Amino acid sequence: MPFTQLPQSAGVGFKPAHYDDLTEAGAVTWLEVHAENYMLDGGPRRAMLAELSERFAISAHGVGLSIGGEGPLDRDHLKRLKALMDWLKPAQFSEHLAWSSHGGAYLNDLLPLPYTRATLETVSAHISEVQDVLGRRMLLENPSSYLSFTESTLSETDFLGELAHRTGCGMLLDINNVFVSATNLRLSAEAYLDAYPLEHVGEIHLAGHHAQEIEGGTLLIDSHGSEVADPVWALYERTIAKTGPRPTLIEWDNDVPDFATLEREAARANAILQRRAAA
Amino acid sequence: MSLQSSFARAVLRPEAETPAPLTAPDERTVSTRFNVYRNNVTVSLVESLTEAFPVIAKLVGENFFTAMAREFVRDNPPTSPVMAFYGDAFPDWIADFPPAASLPYLGEVARIEQSRREAYHAADAQPFAIERLSKVPPEDLPLLRFGVHPSVRFVTTRHPALAIWARNSEAAHLIAAPAGEVLITRPYWTLILNAAPSGTIAALSTLGQGRSLGEALGDIDDAPSILATLFSSGAVIERTSNHD
Repeated sequence: MPFTQLPQSAGVGFKPAHYDDLTEAGAVTWLEVHAENYMLDGGPRRAMLAELSERFAISAHGVGLSIGGEGPLDRDHLKRLKALMDWLKPAQFSEHLAWSSHGGAYLNDLLPLPYTRATLETVSAHISEVQDVLGRRMLLENPSSYLSFTESTLSETDFLGELAHRTGCGMLLDINNVFVSATNLRLSAEAYLDAYPLEHVGEIHLAGHHAQEIEGGTLLIDSHGSEVADPVWALYERTIAKTGPRPTLIEWDNDVPDFATLEREAARANAILQRRAAA
Repeated sequence: MSLQSSFARAVLRPEAETPAPLTAPDERTVSTRFNVYRNNVTVSLVESLTEAFPVIAKLVGENFFTAMAREFVRDNPPTSPVMAFYGDAFPDWIADFPPAASLPYLGEVARIEQSRREAYHAADAQPFAIERLSKVPPEDLPLLRFGVHPSVRFVTTRHPALAIWARNSEAAHLIAAPAGEVLITRPYWTLILNAAPSGTIAALSTLGQGRSLGEALGDIDDAPSILATLFSSGAVIERTSNHD
């Protein structure tokens, strides 16, 4: 029987190097995988995931749909995604408020878009198309920002709230991204979270970032290569106090540590979730 | 030019100007901030090639490889978000890359690396076990027809590219492999590389057209060793369709 939902506890991004550490469930109670890494005809990578999916609830996290793209969605990619969903039957599917493909080129990064009435129309049409093709509700993740667009007329939180309202999609709240964006754009992370559509949150992401000195200040880079920073943990606890427990992912994609380090991060999230559940 | 066209162009071209409609709390820092995306795109694509072509990276050294890969990704960004195969155009591009002309075998080694990736992620299928042939009367052997395993890939080399690959990959059994035909398969979960006898590729292609073992191997002196290579590498599977 496939798992139909993620537990309200901690999961980690699955790395093949940790396969042997996942023989029994500990602090890590579910796994997330990047959907594109498994869009293959066969082979060991898919076999490993199929085996894990019998023991762990899986969240499929897409990085290549380019939902924020100006042009139409890539139908071939949507078909590949549909085929993967039908095969894997993950508990959840999520993607990003970003674009990554343009003019036939895939740029392998999550690129930003302006928040206007026009982009709202395009993005909500894309989300509806994805949900129609997949036959399921998807979650949308907030980006990490380094700059903004002069033409933006809506705040990111209003933009996300409106998308949830129009399409019925859920929210994947990346709290590290909130902290990174707020620091970089000199905004308040608390104010962002107060304006965010928390009632639609189906999953939370936590990750590490690093700081880069630039002219006149510090720029935070969403690098997913270190432990979750203390201010991000504080924002997480503050958020969970409002939403109640939510499935929480520890993301660590670069300089991947040993599994014990990931498990410690997962245990820290679980402790916060348990305190909230008991409150 | 649309916003995303100019953004995409500027992300791939360091000499292009930062797109105008961008802003930041401190306007002086807009291009520094935009460079985060430039850096993410180029570095991540170069890293994916470094992971995909470890032997090429070893042969030319890290600095040369990074410079070469940077040049490649600028003109050949991925065309699909499925990164497992990104770099399929890299071997031919390397073979024509003037600064690497002193290493004429580089393109062939890269073709071996790319073929390994393709075989690794190909569809799964049960290879045909050679033991089953012992139950077939010898006179019927030439009439048998087989399918080709979905993981089968081959590379024809003019240089001893397989030996060069092997010396840089801890594949001790192949370090003396000659130039010629390289057969790559993944019958179960492990890749198998073979210095295949000359004629193996033609024989597999004949079998793949639905023709019989006799037709595939009939005129070849080296038929027994080709047959042994095909079966030991799991290159053939049971033929599923019944048309003659």
